[in-house]
Amino acid sequence: MQALIVFVIGLAFVAQAASAETAYISNEQDNTVSVIDGSTLSLVATIPVGRRPRGIGLSADKQKLYVAVGDDNRIDVVDLKTRRLEGSLPSGEDPELFVLHPDGRRLFVANENDNLVSVLDIPERRIMTEVSVGVEPEGMGVSPDGRFVVNTSETTSMLHVIDAKTLELVDNVLVGTRPRVAQVSADSKQIWVSSELRGTVEVFDADTREPLAKVGFQVPGIARELIQAVGIQLAPDGSRAYVALGPANRVAEVDAKTFEVVCTYLVGQRVWHIALSPDGKRLYTANGNSSDVSIIDLESQEVVKTVGVGRSPWGIVVAP
Amino acid sequence: MRAILVFLGMLLTAPAWAEDATVTIAVVSQERDPVQPVSPLDREVNDEGVAGARLGIADNGTTGKFMGQRFTLVEQMIPKGGNPADTIRLIAAKGIRFVVADLDASVLQAAASDPQARGMLFLNSRAPDDELRNESCLANVVHTAPSRAMLADALAQYLMAKRWRKWFLVTGNTPGDKLRAEAYRRAAKRFGAEVVAEKEWTFKPGHARTDTGHVTLQSEIPALTQVRDHDVLIVADEASEFGDYLPGRTALPRPVAGTHGLVTTAWSAVSEQWGATQLQARFEKMAGRRMNAVDYAAWAAVRAVGEAAIRTRSTDPSVVVAYLRGPDFALSGFKGQGQSFRPWGGQMRQPILIAGPRLLVSVSPQAGYLHQGSELDTLGADREESRCRP
Repeated sequence: MQALIVFVIGLAFVAQAASAETAYISNEQDNTVSVIDGSTLSLVATIPVGRRPRGIGLSADKQKLYVAVGDDNRIDVVDLKTRRLEGSLPSGEDPELFVLHPDGRRLFVANENDNLVSVLDIPERRIMTEVSVGVEPEGMGVSPDGRFVVNTSETTSMLHVIDAKTLELVDNVLVGTRPRVAQVSADSKQIWVSSELRGTVEVFDADTREPLAKVGFQVPGIARELIQAVGIQLAPDGSRAYVALGPANRVAEVDAKTFEVVCTYLVGQRVWHIALSPDGKRLYTANGNSSDVSIIDLESQEVVKTVGVGRSPWGIVVAP
Repeated sequence: MRAILVFLGMLLTAPAWAEDATVTIAVVSQERDPVQPVSPLDREVNDEGVAGARLGIADNGTTGKFMGQRFTLVEQMIPKGGNPADTIRLIAAKGIRFVVADLDASVLQAAASDPQARGMLFLNSRAPDDELRNESCLANVVHTAPSRAMLADALAQYLMAKRWRKWFLVTGNTPGDKLRAEAYRRAAKRFGAEVVAEKEWTFKPGHARTDTGHVTLQSEIPALTQVRDHDVLIVADEASEFGDYLPGRTALPRPVAGTHGLVTTAWSAVSEQWGATQLQARFEKMAGRRMNAVDYAAWAAVRAVGEAAIRTRSTDPSVVVAYLRGPDFALSGFKGQGQSFRPWGGQMRQPILIAGPRLLVSVSPQAGYLHQGSELDTLGADREESRCRP
């Protein structure tokens, strides 16, 4: 009997722990954001936004969702309580990915068509400045200590490092072809960059920009050209990195210390961006060609659920 | 005293340090008769190919400027009846080693086999001839334009995916049309389709736009297409003399594919996937029109040289060429996969677009056509089939 009670309490605890989180997914073709409830792992809402939503992120207080709507040349703001579009912010032309500076005030936005990174002052709703980078800027990351912002340019194949204070370009590093995503580690000491065409992830020392490692991926039965690295998520404790492998329909788990691939997960088709739950125990993946989201339980190392969302899911973020 | 000398030496060498290393690429075209487009929606184009090369140089420059490399383009035109060797001599005199060849097969062969061309790399951006990649292949030529076999195989894979197996082949008068038809027959055999009927287009080209020109076509085409039942009409009309007249006029209500209707091509004005929107926008801004397959092949040729120079951090032609032709090379060609050169025949592997007149329909290789190396090698002559012995 006692065991049963413990079991029941345990169940309740698990349910409660999981119920806190909510995943938001931008559907590039549908002009909507899908909402997945983390406790039931089901689709609970679909929010209409502007045209061609891609980059997606939370406000500092986690009460608002920012969605880059490229074809409308703006960033939409969704109130997460009402789940309604409450307004928009200027972004410069064709915003794709963006990142919120730890100051909670500035949004760094990649303008894909204009070879710029726009720096947006959110409360003042104005573009403070534009930083010229390479052709087709896309990946955006910021160091948690707030010192620098990183950007990648797809056609120029470069990692650009921007001083977050002076807003000047401090370095340009040649990286693997068609870099898609750049992320800075939790300790602000490493920059991780994915190369879509090479199917690799390069890791750089954040201060010296010296290469530390290059991670390659292999999936039995899948041709080299179809193993493409896109989204990256770094575990907050620095132990793991997760990499979306695009048309290989896999997500790789990488030991972030040894840079070895630990395992791969079979997810939906053409997985774009991925997002960790706040507790780091789950990974949500936006699968562009199968129009669904795979949810991976990282403790048991298995895909536990696939949830259908809108057409061409692209960006993804998980709120507590 | 010695200190002064060292200082003077530094002064003398300083400009050389400051100057970027330069890679010069020539794009060689041949004078062509102006072509009046069949459709009033199309404009006469007079910078086809060259415009793509110019964009390629600009794109190379964006990485180059961060890497201390400069890329320049030299544009040369071989006049009608001119000797390709004269142009090659001119290019050699300038010390240029990379040549984008916007040339027909015979002119390309003459240029690339000239003794002065020995140390050059030619990148064929126009001629689709399979022979250039097989029996007549040259050691100093690679091809960014797809071969006829690739275009035909790409169509066959798609039509098999659609289960449109019975083909009615209509072939034009030019030697290119005959070779294209041969490529379709080969592809049909290779992928399990059947050419159930064949006809040759023998009418004189291009009078449909005269007043009520459609009346003659409306009687001619049903007569020509009165053949046994088929799933799809495949047209081989490389010069675009009649293909556009076929849709909507055939005896049986069947789709048209091949060089017209549903076309297979290295590039199309309608492509906007895999980041193509950005490439299209850059091209349109520069050239004032949409990019076509000839522009694309010239762009890819210039970009391939640029990518190899940037990755090797070298302007030494032998280093650049070795990397370009090697296994580590991958060009981002806005078609969803890295594009590299086959060691046999020098053909650039690339996805082939299946495009309708207004939107993209599909891209080959189709799912399920597997290959032990690259799935892109299911299009065109594979290693075992290659007849290239340079």
